[in-house]
Amino acid sequence: MSAQPAGAAAAGHGEPGPQESGPGEPLDRFEALVAAGEAVEPRDWMPDGYRRMMIRQIAQHAHSEIIGMQPEGAWLTRAPSLHRKSVLIAKVQDEAGHGLYLYSAAETLGVDRAELLDALHRGQQRASATFNHPALTWADTGTIAWLTDGAAVINQAPLCRTSYGPYARAMRRVCQEEAFHVRQGYDLMRALCEGTPEQKAMAQDAVNRWWLPAVALMFGPPDTEAGGADARTAALGAAVSRRAMAWGIKRHTNDELRGRFVDACVPQAERLGLTLPDPAIRWNEERGHYDFTPVDWDVYRQALGEETHWARQRIAHRLAAHEEGAWVREAAAAYAARAQAGEPPVAQAAGASGPGRTEERA
Amino acid sequence: MTTTTDPAPRAEGGVRVDVHLAVHLLRLGDDALVLGQRLCQWITRAPDIEEDLALSNIALDLIGHARTLLTLSGRIDGTERSEDDLAFTRSDREFTNALLTELPNGDFAATVARQLVYTHYAALYYEALGGCADPELAAFGQRAAKEVAFHRLHADTWTERLGLGTPESARRMQRGLVRVWPYAAELFDEDEVLRPLVAAGTVPSPASVRPLWERRTAEVVGRCGLTVPTPRWQARGGRAGLHSEEFASLVAELQSVHRQFPGGTW
Amino acid sequence: MNQGAEERMSREREGAPASWEVFLRPRRGLAHQHVGSVRACDADTALLRARDLYTRRGEPLSLWVVRSDSVHTASPDERDPYFANALHKPYRYPQQFAPLTEKGPDGDHDH
Repeated sequence: MSAQPAGAAAAGHGEPGPQESGPGEPLDRFEALVAAGEAVEPRDWMPDGYRRMMIRQIAQHAHSEIIGMQPEGAWLTRAPSLHRKSVLIAKVQDEAGHGLYLYSAAETLGVDRAELLDALHRGQQRASATFNHPALTWADTGTIAWLTDGAAVINQAPLCRTSYGPYARAMRRVCQEEAFHVRQGYDLMRALCEGTPEQKAMAQDAVNRWWLPAVALMFGPPDTEAGGADARTAALGAAVSRRAMAWGIKRHTNDELRGRFVDACVPQAERLGLTLPDPAIRWNEERGHYDFTPVDWDVYRQALGEETHWARQRIAHRLAAHEEGAWVREAAAAYAARAQAGEPPVAQAAGASGPGRTEERA
Repeated sequence: MTTTTDPAPRAEGGVRVDVHLAVHLLRLGDDALVLGQRLCQWITRAPDIEEDLALSNIALDLIGHARTLLTLSGRIDGTERSEDDLAFTRSDREFTNALLTELPNGDFAATVARQLVYTHYAALYYEALGGCADPELAAFGQRAAKEVAFHRLHADTWTERLGLGTPESARRMQRGLVRVWPYAAELFDEDEVLRPLVAAGTVPSPASVRPLWERRTAEVVGRCGLTVPTPRWQARGGRAGLHSEEFASLVAELQSVHRQFPGGTW
Repeated sequence: MNQGAEERMSREREGAPASWEVFLRPRRGLAHQHVGSVRACDADTALLRARDLYTRRGEPLSLWVVRSDSVHTASPDERDPYFANALHKPYRYPQQFAPLTEKGPDGDHDH
């Protein structure tokens, strides 16, 4: 009687429509579209590999927003001023919002948010391993915002023009809001650095712990030999990056973006009077960029796995909330089902509303 | 650090001091601060991501109300304490929030029940405050009333879905109401601090909004297949700084970083 | 469109609630614009959630939510017949015609 699942057409949720078949090879037409820098929309034909790569990337991105709420969320109740508390609440809620934008974008590819969350809970999909580090002090919240979100902005700015339309649209919204995250993080760090020696020491300690995870994990493995990868890793990374670039999913190599991040951070750290924990950081006049210690990916292999305390903790926290909320979600569904079926609201509180239950009981 | 309203002194060297009003505003501010703090504990633990967002939005508004109210209170109590002085350097015995707002979160239904009681009260009281003579206080009341009206909609919406959802949700919702209802009365109390303020027409009387609060909450609760509890006792003590045992840890957590760095700037 | 109460009630997983398309009038003088989607079991909740998700900044004036499965759409198979009409009709554009003034199109009063 009605409608196609229309969400996809409206670029919201929904199933992908039947794939178009028309004159000309669909793959040729898809590639021509991408080559011309046009957006791929949900109902366009797309290669399975593209769809899979897109789902994987958007889901990982969405999971990172949701899991990334935890390290900062842990400090909401301890923020040292009411201004900082407000800012942190606003930031953490933006992350929830970004997760939702991104799950919606992924859903246009024919997956359900529930499936994606199940995959996260079961360890089949992951959030960025950056968040498998604990936020140990208040300064960690500022450092995460300044460095980790700073890295995210550099990663994400090109994604505003990524080939998949719903992802690019979600990213434009995310990037607008993310700029606030980085600025407030830097501002928080500046307040600490201009404060007491103890505050500044707390800031330096946080930077010591978050710098390398930001440099390494926010940009992915080295994908060029110049980036420090051994030949095999570089070849592997380059192959993945090349495919992603050919499809217009990515626009730069991991190492290129990593370099851009270091270039941005070094002068900021200098202004704060903080030392980035890499003795090799030095301006290279010839290249016009900062040199830094190449990422030793082996160091991070372990952090990438799920077999660390914090990786397990993040998922356990998320899963506990999900399971404890099951009865609430069921209630909302049952209420809506009855309302839609036109059934009069039935008082269900049988036993709860009987006489005697109205009085308090210890 | 300060609110957007300009804290210009009213007269050269002489800011108006009104100790009674300062206490009243501190109470309202503590209610918002402590409830906001409780809601912060939900974030990343809500039934779904949308509720993480909804509860954090409400917490954010409450912290905003607390900032304005504590700032005003600190300005007129003669001590010139800032919002942060008041939030982070008082002992838990000096907090004057009603006991309702410090009740531990419990399950989602208990939180919704606490929100139902508070938001129906705050929406009415702030609306009344919006008509008071002091322009700054009136402006705050009008703004806060609008924000709390949305929080009330959120509470009503969930009371209805839980009350008319599944047998389990209805049972939990009723249990939540039973748990929080004895704590409602303290919100409306008038004591020797409030009576002169009300008599002078400086602020509206909380007691005066109680009949409407009772009608409205009864209407919502009844529509949701639930029963208005008729508690045999009423909890009091928060306004006098006599709190629950759990409250000490809430305050300790709130103030931990601030206190760990004496002389710190944030 | 009718998914049946039973089906919806049997869904337990988070993310299962219906999808709603969200339209926002961002400021006076503009039409409602599609901004994205939310999931919610019913329209009232969808509005609350759309408000929380899409109006955290700016001063939006009005919000619509429409169940995604209530949006009717021309299917991809029909795309060509539907939209062919837009193509190959250059005479629908003002540039196809002589400018109204010597200054060219810039002098037109509708520019």
